[in-house]
Amino acid sequence: MNTMTEAAYLADESNWQPDDHEHHDTGANTVFGFWIYLMTDCLLFASVFATYAVLFMNTAGGVSGRDIFELDYVAIETAALLLSSITYGFAMIGAHKQNRAATLCWLLVTFALGAVFIGMEVNEFHHLIAEGNGPSRSAFLSSFFALVGMHGLHVTAGLIWMAVMMLEVVKRGLGNQTVTRLSCLSLFWHFLDIVWVCVFTVVYLMGVL
Amino acid sequence: MSLLGNLSLDAIPFHEPIIMVTLAVVGLAGVAIAVAITAYKKWGVLWHDWLTSVDHKRLGVMYIVLALIMLIRGFSDAIMMRTQLAMATSGDKGYLPPEHYDQIFTAHGVIMIMFMAMPFMIGLMNIALPLQIGARDVAFPFLNNLSFWLSVGGAVLINLSLGLGEFAKTGWLAYPPLSELSLSPGVGVDYYIWALQISGIGTLLTGVNFLVTVFKMRAPGMKLMQMPIFTWTCTWANILIVASFPILTAVLGLLTLDRYLDFHFFTNAAGGNAMMYINLFWAWGHPEVYILILPAFGIFSEVISTFTGKRLFGYKSMVWASGAISILGFIVWLHHFFTMGSSADVNAFFGIMTMIIAVPTGVKLFNWLFTMYRGRLRLTVPVLWTLGFMVTFTIGGMTGVLLAVPGADYVLHNSLFLIAHFHNTIIGGAVFGYLAGFAYWFPKAMGFHLDERLGKASFWCWQVGFYVAFMPLYVLGFLGMTRRLNHTDNPDWNIWLYIACAGAVIILVGIVLQFVQLYQAFRQREQNPDTTGDPWNGHTLEWSTASPPQFYNFAELPQVRDIDAFTDMKEQGTAYSRPASYAPIHMPKNTPSGMLIAGAITTFGFAAIWHIGWLAVAGLLASVVFFLLRAYSSDVDYYVQPDEIERTESAYLKQAGVAPLKQEAEQQVEEVPA
Repeated sequence: MNTMTEAAYLADESNWQPDDHEHHDTGANTVFGFWIYLMTDCLLFASVFATYAVLFMNTAGGVSGRDIFELDYVAIETAALLLSSITYGFAMIGAHKQNRAATLCWLLVTFALGAVFIGMEVNEFHHLIAEGNGPSRSAFLSSFFALVGMHGLHVTAGLIWMAVMMLEVVKRGLGNQTVTRLSCLSLFWHFLDIVWVCVFTVVYLMGVL
Repeated sequence: MSLLGNLSLDAIPFHEPIIMVTLAVVGLAGVAIAVAITAYKKWGVLWHDWLTSVDHKRLGVMYIVLALIMLIRGFSDAIMMRTQLAMATSGDKGYLPPEHYDQIFTAHGVIMIMFMAMPFMIGLMNIALPLQIGARDVAFPFLNNLSFWLSVGGAVLINLSLGLGEFAKTGWLAYPPLSELSLSPGVGVDYYIWALQISGIGTLLTGVNFLVTVFKMRAPGMKLMQMPIFTWTCTWANILIVASFPILTAVLGLLTLDRYLDFHFFTNAAGGNAMMYINLFWAWGHPEVYILILPAFGIFSEVISTFTGKRLFGYKSMVWASGAISILGFIVWLHHFFTMGSSADVNAFFGIMTMIIAVPTGVKLFNWLFTMYRGRLRLTVPVLWTLGFMVTFTIGGMTGVLLAVPGADYVLHNSLFLIAHFHNTIIGGAVFGYLAGFAYWFPKAMGFHLDERLGKASFWCWQVGFYVAFMPLYVLGFLGMTRRLNHTDNPDWNIWLYIACAGAVIILVGIVLQFVQLYQAFRQREQNPDTTGDPWNGHTLEWSTASPPQFYNFAELPQVRDIDAFTDMKEQGTAYSRPASYAPIHMPKNTPSGMLIAGAITTFGFAAIWHIGWLAVAGLLASVVFFLLRAYSSDVDYYVQPDEIERTESAYLKQAGVAPLKQEAEQQVEEVPA
């Protein structure tokens, strides 16, 4: 039984047999708990977004977004991350079909796209700092580095998690627990995509307008 | 940079006799406890039954032990401040120099809110909530254990600051620019940041855990609007936790970046904005006070309903009033700094929202009064705390409405009137509530009774002591005395400072009596057992279990049809009934993983405070490795077999003096030949 139908099954209280819901840490509970965790993460980003919104004009005589953002570069970065969401979706389809090879293959593609994204971001940060536009320069740059960097750290954590999951799929196959974990990572990965859409819009697009 | 970063022997405050004596006493007490545990051969029990436990009931007890230890620390700070202020009048300097005094008032605030009140509340929630909804444990028992140890990690760091280095001298809010590196170059603010950050993450995980528990693990038949009222108020508090603690995580993270990596969020230079910190901090901080008070409201409701022997008046209005308080709690944060200078419209909005909170709170008070009306109130210890609360909290609420008027706030901002107000609500509301809950659930959690006489004496000391200690602060606020003064030189203030100090001593007697009561109860635990599991004729499911409850809580999940589920069972004659046979129960195994992960994270925090690079990396890596080891361990659960359940249940029912139903008794004889 895949996790979504299991969640629906457990949500219907008429299906509750004593033995159904006494199990600890069933897949449905884990996915629901992970949703709530993601909402807290969302508020973490919201707080830093709010800080960026308050501080982005405080350039302290230094550069503003218009001076440093290169939309073409960021567009490629964005494309890599958005594409990686689709490929993760393919990995989940493979997982629900119990197709280990397809799952691993798509996870690997997703990992590569995520790595491209992080590589490009690190490169962007490196250039900015080398040109004297590091986070210490102004409140604008502080909040820019914090917001974009926090998203980058999340993606990096997601990549590490993905590497661990690939090993798990190789060693253990696609049991219930593994599919539940892949589902959680899937939520995490798509969530980071949505956050990036907001970053792209609020920071980069509105920054060069 | 040396191997130990900024840490050296100079960090130990040898020149401060008060601190050195304290350290010596703490050290001796620690050695004495270790010797006692060794002498009674209790290390094994401590490790297997408690420290590694994933059982919500035991974690609840450990949370409360943590809260009581931190209460001693936090109250020591309080009585030092009151004696200092009583001595340092008319130009006298007293015995605490400003740099020490400033650490004391900061530590007092942080400890009482984050390490006394929060663990106390979470401890009571752990003990009672899963039992009240008829669940066998929380949704994620291991995560629950990890949360506890993260709270302990934060508490360890804040106590380390006593003997190694210093604590923040900024006040418990750590407002920048004072908390920035330029004005607080020591490790004090770093201790503050990491202690709060680590324990805050623990609290956040607790919030997630209990929300899943409540939404997914209620007993069959229990609708959301049939959950016991304490469970409901805790649920609102948990919603507030998951909605507000991320903001604390964020704002502490930003302050960390300012201090460690020369960012400019809140600095005076380079375009930073200190008010951004203050806004974010209170966007967490105001919901935080409702996180503390809502579960206390739930406790009072349970207590009033149980001891009047009546159903709670206005259950639905109680649930929705709690919800209204939760939502309003998010749109009032600016009242903490009306003096920031927002426009009159903005201040008016936040002032009016603040006043509106008095409406749902008033609804609750009337509900409690109507529950008592024509009831037969038994004047037990929990009831005394509740009655004391109803009077005291109402006064605190009214001074709050007064402060909510922006014009009045301009006069009273940062005065002792404010200090009196929030102690009035937090002590008279939250702490009284937790102590009511402590007396109410103690027999359930421990299996024996507290001494009623000592409990009442403790209550009266707290109640009288509170008024003597804090009413003078209202007067001092009107007389113009501001908070955080180290010494004063105004003869008009002296008498009130003396009275307040006397009040603190009366509260001290109350706290001592609380501990004497605890000691007495342990000494006479054999004489005062709670054999029935239902000492108060309770209404909710926790009273349908043994005291202390069976480790699996319920041999068979109860079927719920009513808010007062256990009362319903007693009326229907289905209480204490037994099934024909028992099914195996799936249980999580105890594990040291939570302690190891939290220990590694705490080590990381310590290393960050002292800038010990290698140790920080090691701590972080170790936490990931311990986590992965746990994630890939297959030895995490087991099944309790029916014959063990059978034995446990029979022993409980025999002890409770409940005869098994006849027909079922016959079946058991057939079924248990072994």
